[in-house]
Amino acid sequence: MRLCRALVCALVLALPAVAIAQPPAQQPPPAQGEFVPLSQVPPNEQIPAFTLVAVAYGFVWVVLIGYVWTVSQRLQKVERELSNLDRRGA
Amino acid sequence: MSRIKAILVMVAAMFVAAPWIINAAPYESTMGLVQKIFYFHMPSAFLFLISAIVSGVYSAMFLFGKKPPSDWKALAAAELALVFGTITLVTGPLWARKAWGLWWVWDARLTSSLLLWMIFAAYLLLRRYGGPGSDKLGAGMALFGMANVPFIYVSVNYWRTLHPQTSVVPTLPVSMGGPLWFCFAALLLFFLTMMSLRVRLERQRAALERYYLSEDNP
Repeated sequence: MRLCRALVCALVLALPAVAIAQPPAQQPPPAQGEFVPLSQVPPNEQIPAFTLVAVAYGFVWVVLIGYVWTVSQRLQKVERELSNLDRRGA
Repeated sequence: MSRIKAILVMVAAMFVAAPWIINAAPYESTMGLVQKIFYFHMPSAFLFLISAIVSGVYSAMFLFGKKPPSDWKALAAAELALVFGTITLVTGPLWARKAWGLWWVWDARLTSSLLLWMIFAAYLLLRRYGGPGSDKLGAGMALFGMANVPFIYVSVNYWRTLHPQTSVVPTLPVSMGGPLWFCFAALLLFFLTMMSLRVRLERQRAALERYYLSEDNP
């Protein structure tokens, strides 16, 4: 009985060591957010540099023109309202 | 107003000329064509930080001096910080996708830049929908934004990152530095012109508000 209890204790104590010694069931997924050399990027994921440059340049144009347009619209609206009030007051 | 229009036409002419000037610059040996994004990305990023500093300084002046023109300038600079921040945060990943094979990495430079953009987006939302007292709350936010700027600038030198360090720009050859500073001059001129227009808009809005208040309380 004592021998049986000792064996169970030994088995319980040895379990974590056995678990640690087990090789992982599968390889961990590749780390995300790390440098991938351009040569290793699959061809279907490669984007031509010209497209990226054209999109970047076009985006800069769109944002800057859009901003000028919104500011001028807001300014025109306020100035129109002010001149209407001036005319009404005069 | 006609002077502002003339400057805007000049800025537009500079932008039209920019692709030819950039095209004349030599190709960077490892990245090739995609490195040309740098000529807009870096000046935008620089003006993003400058706008944040301008907004922070005028916000501090408004908090201590309580003069409305300081608040108008802080608001104008905050809007421009959002514009240049958007350009930086969109053109950067377009370049990174080709150069690093990734659109985005959560490193100190990129994450803190996104955080600064979010601070100014929150600032503008607060000013738009915050109601009375939002000018002072916003000024406090802009100060937090400004405090973030030195951290963003030096982050590439202190933390592990894929982003180039601050030593790259001063060591550029003239053939690459020329187009870079040309684009920077165009964007700086745009920044100054839009600051002036945006402050004018706030001044007119304040005049309109005074007019309505005087009508309500004759």
